[in-house]
Amino acid sequence: MSEFKKTIIRLAIGLLVLIAALSLPLSAYFKLAIFLAAYLISGGDVLLRAVKNISHGQIFDENFLMCIATIGAFFVGEYPEAVAVMLFYQTGELFQDYAVNRSRKSITELMDIRPDYANVKRNNELITVDPEEVAIDEIIVVKAGEKIPLDGKVIEGYSMVDTSALTGESVPRELSVGDDALSGCININGLLTIKVSKEFGESTVAKILDLVENASSKKAKAENFITKFARYYTPIVVIAAALLAVIPPLVLRDAAFQDWIYRALLFLVVSCPCALVISIPLGFFGGIGGASKSGILIKGSNYLEALAEAEIIVFDKTGTLTKGTFKVSEIHPVDISESELLEMTAYAESYSNHPISLSLKKAYASDIDNTRITDVEEIPGHGVKAVVDSKTVFAGNIKLMKSIGIDCRNNDAAGTIVHVAIGGKYAGCVIISDEIKEDAAAAVNKLKAEGINKTVMLTGDSKAVGFKVSSQLGLDEVYAELLPSDKVSEVEKLLAQKSGKGKLVFVGDGINDAPVLSRSDIGIAMGGLGSDAAIEAADVVIMNDELTKIATSISISKKTLRIVKQNIIFALGIKGIVLAMSAFGLANMWEAVFSDVGVSVIAILNSARALNVKKL
Amino acid sequence: MKKVFKLKNLGCANCASKMEREINKLNGVKNATINFITQKLTFDSEEQNLDETTEAIKKIVKKIEPNCSLQVT
Repeated sequence: MSEFKKTIIRLAIGLLVLIAALSLPLSAYFKLAIFLAAYLISGGDVLLRAVKNISHGQIFDENFLMCIATIGAFFVGEYPEAVAVMLFYQTGELFQDYAVNRSRKSITELMDIRPDYANVKRNNELITVDPEEVAIDEIIVVKAGEKIPLDGKVIEGYSMVDTSALTGESVPRELSVGDDALSGCININGLLTIKVSKEFGESTVAKILDLVENASSKKAKAENFITKFARYYTPIVVIAAALLAVIPPLVLRDAAFQDWIYRALLFLVVSCPCALVISIPLGFFGGIGGASKSGILIKGSNYLEALAEAEIIVFDKTGTLTKGTFKVSEIHPVDISESELLEMTAYAESYSNHPISLSLKKAYASDIDNTRITDVEEIPGHGVKAVVDSKTVFAGNIKLMKSIGIDCRNNDAAGTIVHVAIGGKYAGCVIISDEIKEDAAAAVNKLKAEGINKTVMLTGDSKAVGFKVSSQLGLDEVYAELLPSDKVSEVEKLLAQKSGKGKLVFVGDGINDAPVLSRSDIGIAMGGLGSDAAIEAADVVIMNDELTKIATSISISKKTLRIVKQNIIFALGIKGIVLAMSAFGLANMWEAVFSDVGVSVIAILNSARALNVKKL
Repeated sequence: MKKVFKLKNLGCANCASKMEREINKLNGVKNATINFITQKLTFDSEEQNLDETTEAIKKIVKKIEPNCSLQVT
C-alpha cells in the first residue's frame, strides 16, 4: 500500500473516532480520552516529527507550530476543534504533497528527452548499453521509433527525424549519409547507422538537460525576495503571537486569558510561509520547462524574469535577420537581354565555389555546359575572366572594370554588385543580396506588440544594405559599417539610453558575437541546435531559427511573472487578512489552517499553469 | 568540481532553503543550490575533503528534514 493511501485510511479512522467522541453519551473524562485518541491517530506523526526536530535544534518548523496550536486548543478546552484542525491540516498537507508530486511528474515528463540506451556495434554484434558507456568513433544503430542517443555522423541509412523535443518544431528533418545526427531527436521511419562524434556528457541532449536543470540555480529577484521574506516572516509572527497571548490580558480589564491564547494560536498556524516558498520557484521552473518544450532554452530564472522587462532589442543582421545566404536580387543589363546577361555571368563564374558564384548559378537554374567555357582565370580581389562562346567575359567589382579600361558606376544598390563586360564592352551588372528571413518582419511586429520600445539593427555591411533591410522590416534604428568591436560600443551607448528598469536584449547567431551577447542584459542566440558556441555564449537560446520565438519567450516570461505575482499577492493577502481577523477575535482555527495549507495547494496549482505554454 | 546529489523524500520547500543555507556555510562547499522540484542538490566542492563534506551534508539534511535522505550518485 502506498504511503498516500495509508495516510488517507489513518485520517479516516481519526475522523470516525472524532465523530464517536462527539456523539456518544459518555462522561467528560472518558470523552477527553477518546478525543485524545482521535488526535493521536490523526496527528501522531506530526507530534513525533516536532519532537525530533526540537531535539535537532529546529524550532519554528511547521510541525512544531501545528502541535503548539492544537495542544493549546486542548488546554483552552476546545477538544473537538483541536482534533478537527489537525485532521484538516493533515488533509491539506496530503493535497499539497499530491500537487507537488504532480507538478514534479509533469516537469520530469516534459524534460524526458534523455535517451535510455544505445544500440552499439561491438565485435559485429549489436548490444544495448547505457549511452554513457559509448566511446567516440563507435558505431551505433538507431531503429525507427528510437531516440538518437548520441551525437554523430550518419554513415548509412536515410530517415526522417522528429526534433520537436529539442526545437519545439513539428516538421521532421531529413537525415541521410553524411549529415550530423543530434541526440534527443526521435528516428521516425528508417534505420540509421551513426558514427559517434561526442561522448554522452558532451552531447546535445546532455547539455540541454544540464542547462534546464541548473537554470533554477540562477535565482530571480522574486525568488530571493521570498527566501528573505520567509526567513523573517515566521519569527515575527511567532513573536507577535507570544505578545498577543500575554499583553492584552494584562492590559485590558475584562480580557480572558483563554480567548487571547486562542487568538495567539491562530497566529502560529498562519506563520508558515510554505505557500510562497514552494510555489514561486515552481512557477519559474515551470516557465523554463515550458519554454524548453517549445525550443527556447532559458539559462536562469533571472533571465526569465528579466525578459518581461525587455525594452530595447538589438539585432545582428547577417545570419540573424537575414539568412546569411546570397541570392540574385536585381539584374541591370546594358544593350543585351536580362537572361543573356545572367547566363554569361553564371558561365563566367561557374568554376568558383564562392557564395556569390553559387547564387548566380542558382539564379540561372539551367545546367552549365562546360564545353562552352575556356581559359578561366580568377583575379583575386577583383573577379574572374573567362572565355565563354569564344567571347571574353570579365565579371567582378568596379576595380576589375577600371583595370580593363571600362567605365562604369556603382549604383547605390543594397548588396554586392557584379559588373560584367563582354567582348570588351560593358554589359551591365547583377546585384546579389542576402535574403531576409521569412518570419523577420512578423517577428519585429510581434515584438512591438509585446511592448518593445525600440528595435535596432547592427551590421558590418554598407549603409545602403543596412537601411534597405531595416526599412523592409520596420526597425527603428540602424548602425552600419561597424567592426566587431564597434558593436560592443554601440550596445553600450544603447544601454545608457534605456530606462532604469528596462532591459536590453541582443539577438545574434552566437558564433562571433560573444562579447556583445555578454555585454547586453540578455543575450539571445538563434539557431542553437548543433552549435555549442551559441549555447555557451547566450543567456537564452532559440534552438531553431524562428525569430518569432523571441516574442514567444517574452510572453512566456510575462505569463510566468503574472502567476508569480498572483501567488505572492494571494498568499500574503489571505495570510494578512486571517492574521488581522485573528487579532480581533473574528477568525477560528479552520480559517487559519486554510490560510496555511489551503493557500499552499491553490498556489501550487496556479504555478503549475506556468508549464503550459501552448495557450499564449 | 561540480557534484550532484539526489535528495530522496524532500517534501518541504522551506526546509530545502534552510538546508541550502546551512550547506553553503560548510567549508569546501561553494554555490550549493537545492532544486526542490527535481530534488537535486548541486554544489562545487574541493576534491580532497569530499568524503567529509558529504558526511556533513548528510547530517544537515537529516537534521532539518528527518524523512529526507541523501543519495550519492
